[in-house]
Amino acid sequence: MDIGWYLAVSALIFTIGAAGVLTRRSPLVILLCLELMLNAANLALIAFSRMHGNADGQIFAIIVMVVAACEVTIGLGIIVAMHRRRLPIDVDELRELQG
Amino acid sequence: MVEVLFFVAGIGAIAGAIGVIAVRNPFFSVLALVSHLLCLAALFLLLHAEFVAAAQVVVYAGAVMVLYVFVVAYVGGQDEPLGPGAGSGLRPVSMVFGALLFIELCAATLGSGLKLVDTNGAHIDPGFGSAAQIGQLLLTRFLLPFEAASFLLLIAAVGAVVLARRRGGLTAAEDQARYTAMDLLRPAYTGTMAEGVGGTRRLPPVSERAAATAPAEAPAVPVQDD
Repeated sequence: MDIGWYLAVSALIFTIGAAGVLTRRSPLVILLCLELMLNAANLALIAFSRMHGNADGQIFAIIVMVVAACEVTIGLGIIVAMHRRRLPIDVDELRELQG
Repeated sequence: MVEVLFFVAGIGAIAGAIGVIAVRNPFFSVLALVSHLLCLAALFLLLHAEFVAAAQVVVYAGAVMVLYVFVVAYVGGQDEPLGPGAGSGLRPVSMVFGALLFIELCAATLGSGLKLVDTNGAHIDPGFGSAAQIGQLLLTRFLLPFEAASFLLLIAAVGAVVLARRRGGLTAAEDQARYTAMDLLRPAYTGTMAEGVGGTRRLPPVSERAAATAPAEAPAVPVQDD
């Protein structure tokens, strides 16, 4: 398969993730959409790595996975803390970050 | 064969991605993301990235998604209304934004003039993308990013514990579970040393305990922060 096909799939997945971040209101789903965007970037990185026959892009993808795992951990921790404080799990009603 | 696998996995990945943003229940969004990640791992395998595909399945679709499922179950995945509601005017805006972003990304990647985009890729060695090659790269050329990533994971773990820890006192319902056997066996108000300094949680007498069935009722002694 041409590398261009993989890049097109990656662009489509990234677009779907970005539209989801804009549309959905639950922070849990917004985190899932961020995962989609990071995975689309991973697919593009690995496609370029295959294109050049150089494994450096795969290392880059692994580092992106590590960063995604950290982001998920912190984001879910914030959601659990919000739930403990009986705050609404809705980004429209969470306009203030204080307290 | 490769073409068939690519289209099956690619369509599965895109369908999973659409499912993540289109399904109303967050629990099903997580399940859609799991299927999306599995299809993406198949695409990685087609690109000869064996180690990354295995890590994707084990770490992402396994560990991270289990974390998601636990948090969705804990928070209680209430259905989010997908219809018109607050901020629904953003939906057409996001559609237009998504279409523009897709066109721009395709123009940036496919129209970049890279010679190899329309080929199968450069010639690769047989061991390309194997665990041996990735491990060798991580421990020689990319040692510093590797160590920085491990520090980042450590910081994230500590930060998650700090964020999600219990702050302040307990609610009355949770407090019920903290009584020891001594609180039940000892006669009420016998005046232990802990009661003298006012720092203990005392059970109310049996008569009051039978009356106080509502969990929202305050405990007999104000709960101290711990």
